[in-house]
Amino acid sequence: MARSVTSRRKSINTALAWGVGLIIFFPILWTILTSFKTEGDAIAYPPKFFFFDWTLENYAIVQERSNYMRYLWNSVIIAGGSTLLGVVIAVPAAWSMAFVPSKRTKDILMWMLSTKMLPAVGVLYPIYLMFIQLGLLDTRIGLVIVLMLINLPIIVWMLYTYFKEIPGEILEAARMDGATLKEEILYVLTPMAIPGIASTILLNIILAWNEAFWTLNLTAAKAGPLTAFIASYSSPEGLFYAKLSAASTMAIAPILILGWFSQKQLVRGLTFGAVK
Amino acid sequence: MATKASRSAARLMMAPAVVLLLGWMLVPLTMTLWFSFRNYLPLRGGDQGFAGFDNYVRFVTSSAFWPAVLATLFIVVGVLIITVVLGVLLALLLDQPMWGQGIVRILVIAPFFVMPTVSGLVWKNMFLDSVNGLFAHIWRFFGAQPVEWMIHQPFASIILIVSWQWLPFATLILLTAIQSLDSEQLEAAEMDGAPALKRFWFIIIPHLSRAITVVLLIQTIFLLSIFAEIFVTTAGAFGSKTLTYLIFQRVLESQNVGLGSAGGVYAIILANIVAIFLMRIVGKNLDA
Amino acid sequence: MGRITLSNVTKSFGDVEVIPPLDLTIEDGEFAVFVGPSGCGKSTLLRLIAGLEDVSSGEIQIDGQDATDVPPAKRGLAMVFQSYALYPHMTVRKNIAFPLRMAKLDKAEQDRRVNQAAEVLNLTDYLERRPGQLSGGQRQRVAIGRAIVREPAAFLFDEPLSNLDAALRVGMRLEISELHKRLNTTMIYVTHDQVEAMTMADKIVVLRAGHIEQVGSPLELYRAPRNLFVAGFIGSPKMNLIDGPEAKKHDAHTIGIRPEHIAISAEKGDWSGVVGVSEHLGSDTFFHVHKTGLADTITVRADGEVSLRHGDKVYLSPRLDMIHRFGADGLRLS
Repeated sequence: MARSVTSRRKSINTALAWGVGLIIFFPILWTILTSFKTEGDAIAYPPKFFFFDWTLENYAIVQERSNYMRYLWNSVIIAGGSTLLGVVIAVPAAWSMAFVPSKRTKDILMWMLSTKMLPAVGVLYPIYLMFIQLGLLDTRIGLVIVLMLINLPIIVWMLYTYFKEIPGEILEAARMDGATLKEEILYVLTPMAIPGIASTILLNIILAWNEAFWTLNLTAAKAGPLTAFIASYSSPEGLFYAKLSAASTMAIAPILILGWFSQKQLVRGLTFGAVK
Repeated sequence: MATKASRSAARLMMAPAVVLLLGWMLVPLTMTLWFSFRNYLPLRGGDQGFAGFDNYVRFVTSSAFWPAVLATLFIVVGVLIITVVLGVLLALLLDQPMWGQGIVRILVIAPFFVMPTVSGLVWKNMFLDSVNGLFAHIWRFFGAQPVEWMIHQPFASIILIVSWQWLPFATLILLTAIQSLDSEQLEAAEMDGAPALKRFWFIIIPHLSRAITVVLLIQTIFLLSIFAEIFVTTAGAFGSKTLTYLIFQRVLESQNVGLGSAGGVYAIILANIVAIFLMRIVGKNLDA
Repeated sequence: MGRITLSNVTKSFGDVEVIPPLDLTIEDGEFAVFVGPSGCGKSTLLRLIAGLEDVSSGEIQIDGQDATDVPPAKRGLAMVFQSYALYPHMTVRKNIAFPLRMAKLDKAEQDRRVNQAAEVLNLTDYLERRPGQLSGGQRQRVAIGRAIVREPAAFLFDEPLSNLDAALRVGMRLEISELHKRLNTTMIYVTHDQVEAMTMADKIVVLRAGHIEQVGSPLELYRAPRNLFVAGFIGSPKMNLIDGPEAKKHDAHTIGIRPEHIAISAEKGDWSGVVGVSEHLGSDTFFHVHKTGLADTITVRADGEVSLRHGDKVYLSPRLDMIHRFGADGLRLS
């Protein structure tokens, strides 16, 4: 809103908003700060904010004790793999829906979304059973497949809304220029839709990274991603706040950074375009 | 508007996504339905035959059912009220001109990117712990007896944690909606002599009603199936067992698949009722 | 070589028949213009020829070969779209070279043809720019460049000038005509603007609701419109159409007389009326004359120097040899 306000009012707004923002952000800030404390400082009373002996030892201990790198690698493979696989399957489907719409296109889109609403717990045992039968339990490939399937509707949906913004005449021009369907998608559609595809990938990596039903129930030591890595801290052993904080910081840092880039797409992706 | 060739190409290219999702939906769903009518105890004798509607009846008559329904309702409704009310206020605040708007936005949105297991554990230990948590420190500072949050206030604790995670989502969507409000409308109302509160009630809230509905519906679907936050905090103890968690326990912890599957069917029906409303709104938007 | 023949072609979308059975031949090297009001099926017809839509029945031949089921990429036609449809992520050079790249021509040949086209179209200085950095007219030229490098059997233009402002439109009209004279390739041009049709075409195809109302050279259509629709559509300002007793005198249900074939005078004439609005173009003046008892308004073209004022009583005299006669069915009576 382009309304001019007095700088007094602007100052009040600023103070208020920063205050609220810092309160909401505080748990994250506190976690990051605590990760640099000794266990003693972490539970000190009164709490220490900035004046403590900064140390990196928690990070070393966490890495040594629970092999952070392996979990991180699992998270990267699972989140990245499921997203990329999903995009490869979704691009042709979204092309079809956006550029060759039929009477059923809308129904198919709606039906795809409805699969997203299926409560995971309702199909937990069948999936669990199939995973045992197929030897997929506690494997990365198993999780890549499951997370790809649960996020596929969102990926198709987002790509569809981005593709819809590309004028069909340009693709027809490519057809007239002698491009085959493959060339049309590869040389014309994809380069034009790069921003949309990138934000789709970004949002879905975040969703897959933070997914904590299937990753907790279908993995154990071998393929567990960072969600499971953190869950292993749920039974405390002695003083562990600083170590918990270090582990948490390492688990959320990559995605916090990615997340900040994708705020805008968040709205579009998570409301299925119902709010723009 | 296309040729036969491109239509058949389109069908072909849509096939993988459709087939995969169809399989993902139908196969487990059919299995759940099948199990729900069986007496199936994998660790205690396996499949012991047809059970009729026994599982359905037993699931609703078990002593854990109604508390779980209430717990679910409590948590879902509590989080919805908190996130929507605070979300509207926060969105209004963030829409005002200020210095460092971008940074504040980032601060507010950050919790959404924190994985559920992390927020559950950080809150449980570093804030809500009755000995070393920050809240206990604050209580002591004011001379009060620290509360054993997880034991005595499990709902408040879980609602607090989940609201913290979802407030950014509500705020972000409502902020987007507010920003799409034509400022001339507000100026016209101001010219017509409407005071700030009236402008809020009669212009901003109606404008936001659709966004609020979307927030309510989407959050309901996600909140009905919250799992990790409970898994790492109370593990369902102290009366904080939701429907989702109850089914999870029936299926994987006590390995009573028949009973758990019947519960699963209930959960699916419940989610579908919510989903129908959401789909209506999304569908309307598709036509527009 | 680009002789295009449509035999018995129809097109339906669902239950709606957009093009009823239609026959049409466009000769090699001809500049054919499809003209008609919006929704008359002219763009659909063009897209059928392009192969962007399937015909529902009938046959399309290009150069004597049946092309009905040939995909657009293989028909050897080039198309210029209303929105230009340039590839926004490619430079002008890459845009123009795209069809050549798809045809797998070697790099040197691609460059040679692109440079040649750029020279013809005055685009040499813009080859490294992106479409977003060009003006409307330049984009139009790039779209044409992309069409000519392929050396197609025929060019298809889908209302290419409708996004340009009036001054540019006149310029581009000349350029396209010039291009046609030089290349001597078949061109099919779709427009709703009858001035474009009249000025550019060798052959005009007037369409209404998917039907061909008349095919002919611009002057044939002007001189002998086959029915009332063509009579009203071709020519600007529109032909005056008069029913009733005056038409009866000429043994017709309706008679038509073009504004330029009526003489206007303050003293005497066959018809009388009162001057309404006058439009002064400088060279000509159009008078809208009311209260003639013949039609609501009779439009008359007069020399720019004739001065009559609003409300003046005037007399009109049609040139009897220029009266078009139509029957009750709307068809021309010879």
